Amino acid sequence: MAAIERTFTLHVPSSTENLALIREFVTSVGTQAGLDQSDIGKLELAVDEACANVIEHAYGHDATKEVVVRAIFDEEVLRIKVIDTGRGFDPQSIPQADLERLVAERRSGGLGLRLMKSLVDEVRYEFEPGQKNELHMTKRIKKTTP
Amino acid sequence: MPNPFALHKSQQDGLSLIAVEGFLDAHTAPQFEKTIQTEIDAGHNRIIVDCEKLTYISSAGLGVFMSFVEELREAGGDIKICGLTPKVRGVFDMLGFQEIFDLVDDQQTAVRRFAEAPVKES
Repeated sequence: MAAIERTFTLHVPSSTENLALIREFVTSVGTQAGLDQSDIGKLELAVDEACANVIEHAYGHDATKEVVVRAIFDEEVLRIKVIDTGRGFDPQSIPQADLERLVAERRSGGLGLRLMKSLVDEVRYEFEPGQKNELHMTKRIKKTTP
Repeated sequence: MPNPFALHKSQQDGLSLIAVEGFLDAHTAPQFEKTIQTEIDAGHNRIIVDCEKLTYISSAGLGVFMSFVEELREAGGDIKICGLTPKVRGVFDMLGFQEIFDLVDDQQTAVRRFAEAPVKES
């Protein structure tokens, strides 16, 4: 029998004020998908990082724009898509300096992508310049032993 | 949508204590950054950040620690971080912050550490 797939979508104005709302959405969906508390916390942070990047870099804090977070899950995997129509910003194009160098340079940024990669099983980008940018994250759902 | 966040500042024996409460994310990090900058501008280079009531941190919050520590150490001070909950500590460790920052259990230990080793020894 084919696994049942469920989809939930959140649309919010592009403002950091809404990061708390986005985190609550991810927590609700993660709970419904059957992720454990630790993985829900990791996914919550990964999506927060992705959306903060969109709000700050893709849209430049323009709250008239919209951030879309789509969650799709079945019994095995939870996929999150963060969708925007802003400047095609690929965090992977930025060289990843080590922490000591970032500290020496007194930088406050440069940690988001590193965190995202540590927190989820897969991070991937799809760009259509001027049309739509999508960041895809995948988190496998651990099976609990009966 | 509530985004609970609060900062409580105090002074103790030449040390600045900043207690952080709630969610430290890209929305609230600028307030935290401003608070630390105010301390530095006032010549307070020995700062303890108490995270006992910090329930969430993202890279925006971590970035604030990262951007100030060098300046504080050059001035003979430091930033000591105490009271991290296991969840928040996990994020610090994931990025290797324990190699750069003095992460200690509680305020008393942070105060003692300033007396013993004002700047974290690598």
